[in-house]
Amino acid sequence: MEPAARLDNNHQLALKDFPYIIRWRDDRCKRCGRCTAVCPMLSIEPAVVLQRVVQSESPLPEPKAVRKVVTIVRQVTDINRYCTGCATCNLVCPNDAIEPEYNPQHKFLFHKNRGGHPFRRGGRRNDPAPSTLERLKFTRISMLTDPALDAGRHEFRIRTYLGRILPPEELPIRIVNGKAEIDKTSGKFIPPVREIYPVMIGSMSIGALSPTMWEGLAMGITYLNEVEGMPVVMCSGEGGMPQRLLRSRFLKYFIPQIASGYFGWDEIVRAIPHMVEDPCAIEIKYGQGAKPGDGGLLMAHKVLKLISEIRGVPMGVDLPSPPTHQTKYSIEESVAKMIQSMSMAWGFRVPVYPKISGSRTAKAVLNNLVRNPYAAALSIDGEDGGTGAAYNVSMDKMGHPIASNVRECYLDLVAQGKQNELPLIAAGGAGKQGNLAANAAALFMLGASAVSIGKYIMQAAAGCFGDEYNRCNVCNLGRCPRGITTQDPRLYRRLDPDKVAERVVEVFKSLDVELKKIFAPMGRSTELPIGMSDGLSADDHAVAERLQISYAC
Amino acid sequence: MCRLAALTSEEYISPMENILALETMKEGHDGSGMGLILKNLGGEFEELKDYPILSGICSKDGLHAMDDYLNKAGFKLQYTWTPKIRPRKGIVRRDYYFARVYDYPDEYRDKSFEEKEDLLLRTRIALRKMGEADESIIVFSFYPDILTLKEVGDPLELGEFFGLDNSTLKAKIIFAQGRQNTNYAINLYACHPFFIQGYGSMTNGENTAFVPIREFLTGKGFHGYMGYNSDSEVFTHILHYTCRMLGLPLIYYKDVITPLKASEIEEREDREVVWHLKTALRPLCIDGPNCVIGFTPDGTCFMVQDSKKLRPGVVGGVKGKYALMSEECGLDSAIPERDRSLDIFPMKYDMVIVSPEAKEVRVWNQRQGWTTTIS
Ligand code: SF4
Ligand code: SF4
Repeated sequence: MEPAARLDNNHQLALKDFPYIIRWRDDRCKRCGRCTAVCPMLSIEPAVVLQRVVQSESPLPEPKAVRKVVTIVRQVTDINRYCTGCATCNLVCPNDAIEPEYNPQHKFLFHKNRGGHPFRRGGRRNDPAPSTLERLKFTRISMLTDPALDAGRHEFRIRTYLGRILPPEELPIRIVNGKAEIDKTSGKFIPPVREIYPVMIGSMSIGALSPTMWEGLAMGITYLNEVEGMPVVMCSGEGGMPQRLLRSRFLKYFIPQIASGYFGWDEIVRAIPHMVEDPCAIEIKYGQGAKPGDGGLLMAHKVLKLISEIRGVPMGVDLPSPPTHQTKYSIEESVAKMIQSMSMAWGFRVPVYPKISGSRTAKAVLNNLVRNPYAAALSIDGEDGGTGAAYNVSMDKMGHPIASNVRECYLDLVAQGKQNELPLIAAGGAGKQGNLAANAAALFMLGASAVSIGKYIMQAAAGCFGDEYNRCNVCNLGRCPRGITTQDPRLYRRLDPDKVAERVVEVFKSLDVELKKIFAPMGRSTELPIGMSDGLSADDHAVAERLQISYAC
Repeated sequence: MCRLAALTSEEYISPMENILALETMKEGHDGSGMGLILKNLGGEFEELKDYPILSGICSKDGLHAMDDYLNKAGFKLQYTWTPKIRPRKGIVRRDYYFARVYDYPDEYRDKSFEEKEDLLLRTRIALRKMGEADESIIVFSFYPDILTLKEVGDPLELGEFFGLDNSTLKAKIIFAQGRQNTNYAINLYACHPFFIQGYGSMTNGENTAFVPIREFLTGKGFHGYMGYNSDSEVFTHILHYTCRMLGLPLIYYKDVITPLKASEIEEREDREVVWHLKTALRPLCIDGPNCVIGFTPDGTCFMVQDSKKLRPGVVGGVKGKYALMSEECGLDSAIPERDRSLDIFPMKYDMVIVSPEAKEVRVWNQRQGWTTTIS
């Protein structure tokens, strides 16, 4: 018998405790070492082991047990080097000799708090169950009146408005010789309104994103506008924008974001006199669906030269954005003052709107905005939104699903007759399972004027590995294996910005076709079917009741 | 799809002309009902133009309740018209069809017409609500110089049922709709044409944007924006909202229901206002396959199509009498003597406008402006 001391592995974890177990095939592996070199977590390592092998070397079977020293690839059982299941090892393996396998019985969350540090990560809410949006179908097919619309033949205008829309009664209109005109002498302020594509790319900062990723997105957006005639816009995320872009005519396709850290805003404000175009809008971030009530943090190792220049900070320091805008007492004050000052900075020519996390209190914020004539929209980010870095508990357990949140806000506006005045932008989970067009269309019909996407475009345009089984999701560590969320040049050079841009264009063009395929049979082509709730059904009674739509089974 | 037949004339004409036109378009409606609105009435009503006419149907009990209500409110009955009913197989006769002319309550005598209109609207809605549950009172309109008749059945048979073929009932503007019942239960409140405060319209097709439009209109807090048993009632209310509430000229109705795209708006002289209207009235975009025929208080009649022109519709006639019809055969029946080469088939940007007293027909094109086609 072995002495007890040699069998005491009590304080180690078993592979079975880990969420992903590496399946490595000795017979296929040629020991090239690519997998161990590429693993962002250092979860696998080459090892030398002594093996007992039964083999026969003669023409007739003469099995012999021999002991051999062999090199293998071994998964480590250090919780801090857990395998994230990203499958980069599999990607680079020339022989398909290695792949991670999900282990549904893992005990990861019981152990990932060493040193008293709760589990922090990037990515999304780890809940693979279909979201409410997946439970909605478009059931009002226009069969009453033939011919219905033809998605291939008819003209469709898939556009929306971003900006505060004055009710028609308040427009300073006068009639001269049977024609209406805007009475310029009235002195009435007509807020700026942009016509944009109703699906936009939501706020992801340069910093959170790698320079190649951000550049790829920005190029894709610009191409869509300039060449395809699709006015898709993109929000910068906190942390500023490159000076060259700020001073270019392409600025009109971008929405600079200001958040509680105010990073990058010295540079933006200084660029204002040099701007040749106004930005599309300004987003003020108050909350984020993935981590409501939690601030942001760009870790020191991500703050390299480019980031320090854009943000106007020294290199290599942690950049925390507090959860609240600390110069203000309350959200009312904050919203009012910030909207006012941002509007003023651009001479009231640019729509300014806040973004909040999905919450049961969203209606209260909404009603504040309704009374503020300068508030241009409200962006609500539901719990299925993504993030670069957060505590696991915030991501998984905090927040409000977007479907009912946006619906109740819309119905609240309807009750006040103001549903067309303050556009709602819905974010957080559109396209979670790949059905972007269907999810976006459902959100419009629930009352959203526009939909904002983040994770979807990262997955579709740059092949982000992350999923709701906590695959990868290490965007916070600066070790993104795809080069999407890292500032390490060795990693981000893996990502070709031209290819990202190309994919952005492809994604939006196919989205456009799919939206037409939804709208055509429903008989809608001229204006976005915002609030067309009779078009939707849920496969669940309670969902239908909550959303005030029909139930179909 | 329902069939529509509207006539506007400088002479008084009989509603049978519309009904016969509907008869020629018969394959387009299933005889499940007919609605008639007569405006600028002749015959016995000619002398009573200043007094509001309450049109509707009620049961015996409903009649008592209605009389009570109107008496209490101070309305004084001046004249009653009832059709001479000739029972027809297949038409279920209701107790009492009426068009009753009232004088305003004394305290309203010196009030403005707007205040009187408001009273009439509130009274109509009150009566409607009183009788809605048991269908004891159905009221279609309560307004000066407007008479409405609606019933379930085939239009030609209904014409005979109401004795319209030898009645003195005549008017200068007559709108008729032959109903194609869809999956909704037959409810007379769902039957076109619809009317509110001087504005009337009828439509065929399906209003796919009904819910957002209804929510926008009801959100305006105006008590008349109610009902909506048919998704087409909103077309009348949009007309009322555009012209009366917002005070816009009629041509902007077209810009409201079928807004131009941004690049087309750029071509317009009034681009700024058109753009602001497009954004501010976004929920009123109709978006469905629809042809709308309507009239305004001054007796202007018009026809517009949806933004794809997915429905038939034709306007034609001779000076002094024009027809706005779903189909050419209806036009042939109503005004056979016209020059057919002048018939107008409005396309997606067009609004055909026939001036009061059927003097001339002009076409307003959202992109090209005015052309006069028949005068
Ligand atoms: S799946 Fe990813 S984390 Fe796991 S071993 Fe392979 S490369 Fe490393
Ligand atoms: S691939 Fe990069 S961006 Fe995607 S989950 Fe992994 S670390 Fe995050």
